[in-house]
Amino acid sequence: MVKLPASRSGEGPYLRVKDLRVRFDTEDGVVRAVDGVSFSVERGRTLGIVGESGSGKSVTSLAILGLHNAKRATISGEISVGGRQLVGLPEEEVRRLRGRDMAMIFQDPLSALHPYYTVGRQIAEAYRVHHPRAGRREARGRAVEMLGRVGIPQPGKRFDQYPHEFSGGMRQRAMIAMALVNDPDLLIADEPTTALDVTVQAQILDLLEDLQQEFQSAIILITHDLGVVSQVADDVLVMYGGRAVEHGSVEQVLRRPQHPYTWGLLSSVPSLHGDADADLVPIKGNPPSLINLPSGCAFHPRCRYADRNGDRSRTDVPELRQVVERGHLVACHLPEAARQRIYRDEIAQVGVAR
Amino acid sequence: MFRFVLRRLVVAAVTLAVISLVTFGLFFAVPSSPAKVMCGKNCTTEDIAQVEQRLGIDQPLPRQYADFVKGVFVGRTYGSGDFRQDCPAPCLGYSFRNNQPVTEIITQRLPVTLSIVFGGAVLWLALGISLGMVSALRRGTVFDRAAIGITLAGASMQVYFFGLVLLYLLVYATGLLPFPSYTPLTENPARWAVGLLLPWMTLGFLNSALYARLSRAQMLETLSEDFVRTARAKGLSTRQVHTRHALRAAITPIVTIAGLDIGTSLGGTFITETIFGLQGLGKATVEAVQFLNLPVVMATVLLAAVFIVVANIVVDVLYAVIDPRVRLN
Repeated sequence: MVKLPASRSGEGPYLRVKDLRVRFDTEDGVVRAVDGVSFSVERGRTLGIVGESGSGKSVTSLAILGLHNAKRATISGEISVGGRQLVGLPEEEVRRLRGRDMAMIFQDPLSALHPYYTVGRQIAEAYRVHHPRAGRREARGRAVEMLGRVGIPQPGKRFDQYPHEFSGGMRQRAMIAMALVNDPDLLIADEPTTALDVTVQAQILDLLEDLQQEFQSAIILITHDLGVVSQVADDVLVMYGGRAVEHGSVEQVLRRPQHPYTWGLLSSVPSLHGDADADLVPIKGNPPSLINLPSGCAFHPRCRYADRNGDRSRTDVPELRQVVERGHLVACHLPEAARQRIYRDEIAQVGVAR
Repeated sequence: MFRFVLRRLVVAAVTLAVISLVTFGLFFAVPSSPAKVMCGKNCTTEDIAQVEQRLGIDQPLPRQYADFVKGVFVGRTYGSGDFRQDCPAPCLGYSFRNNQPVTEIITQRLPVTLSIVFGGAVLWLALGISLGMVSALRRGTVFDRAAIGITLAGASMQVYFFGLVLLYLLVYATGLLPFPSYTPLTENPARWAVGLLLPWMTLGFLNSALYARLSRAQMLETLSEDFVRTARAKGLSTRQVHTRHALRAAITPIVTIAGLDIGTSLGGTFITETIFGLQGLGKATVEAVQFLNLPVVMATVLLAAVFIVVANIVVDVLYAVIDPRVRLN
């Protein structure tokens, strides 16, 4: 692709996902794990994807990397990475992009690293797959360099140690080193801090931010932790039952949320600055079954405001529509004025929403 | 690593001492006097006493055990005067039946069993593991179902049935193979292999069933591990993911079971040896038990115990070599 000199900003997002659908045919029925999700991420920006377990966050990220079993998952829509359309691309070509142009950090670094190989060897392996001409020594040098870059002391010595000899935080750093060894333009971090102590969490998030500054990579951060999102993300996508329910900048989604599900997420997190005696308001009920999604708005059985529109929430699937503010999208049948009023009057005082 | 092995060796020595003691108890526990059996029907009390003296079983039991242990390590002398018999170390006594030194019986019989078991093990491991791995990778296909069906048939058959079927088909009906026989490997490798092919095939097929199922299950479990997903996310080819990452982790428990299996089999494969008329250790043991030939029973039981104990140590060491997490403990 020829880059036009004036188009540095008009180059377009590095990752563009349009109307992505991922379906699994199981014995119990069709699981629509992701049902028409669209978003895009530019280089140097971070998109946070939030939602409960089973909302389709991880399935989305695995679909981008092409890690779903082609026999079991049916993927449709568009996934464009650096201008290449990935859906329908032969496995061999996706494989070449994997680890080189797009890389992933997993939730639990202990189980995500191979227990029988040294950490260094695993990182060097990731380098050599995409640099077939690199010798053993060059790959080792590169791996040691990356281990040092992610803040692991004595990287030369640590290279030869096994994952079980690393602490949790160090392991996640090693995982990040492995993901970044080929300098990918897109990094997907699937709950990268969930398995870590709070203090280590902060270090890892800082590290990710530093590395993003340095490498200018596009990052997708999958998490259920709104604190993490507010700390590092530029944009937020809230998912529920495989669909996007709210999408916008961090400021828009966390400060002026308009979807009752987002309100629920915010109200159920305690605030450090809030009133210690104030009760948290959990979202009642359980995440929906993806095989048998509730009709209309999938959130309606758990939504306190679902009855304010007659039957619409039960019959019509709400579209993701832009609110008055540019770039802020919400899928809810409530009128915008009503949503703003409810948020101001009922939600803004609870939990981290404050 | 050195201390690890040393510790295992000490435990092994203790285990063997206990087993030898228990086995020695047999001499005490058997209802009839071996001397009476040996001497025949028309023996006088004096004759029996003489035989007992010659066998060394006129002594009190602890003394007998001490003599036995001494015999194993430094050799011993049986009887005195005209009946004097020097038995150099390692002395395991003399057969009650024909006065043949037990060590000689063992050196004759052991190579037969070793050949049967190792040949068979190579076959059943190769067949079982490859079948299991391929079925796991082609889960749900015709290949998978066929392989699992065949191995189920194998697992539910017995050596004496399947061995006889093979014997009939390959030897009597078609004459493709000669009747099994044992020729020492050093003498004529080709004849050694041809003569043992039938028992190898029998053991190979029947035992491969277990290994096929085990490796299939292990491989399927490993394929769903997070580190396999990581390997794919790195951009490794499917082949590299399977061989370098999945197989390596799936093979560990198989090594354990294979080691113990081989160790146990070395103690004797009586049924196989009997069907194919091979004079192995298993047959020697059973015959000895039938004739109350206690020195031979004692030696073969002890030897079987040695094999199992050694197999355990080998498995432990292999495990530590394969899995780095074990090395620290």
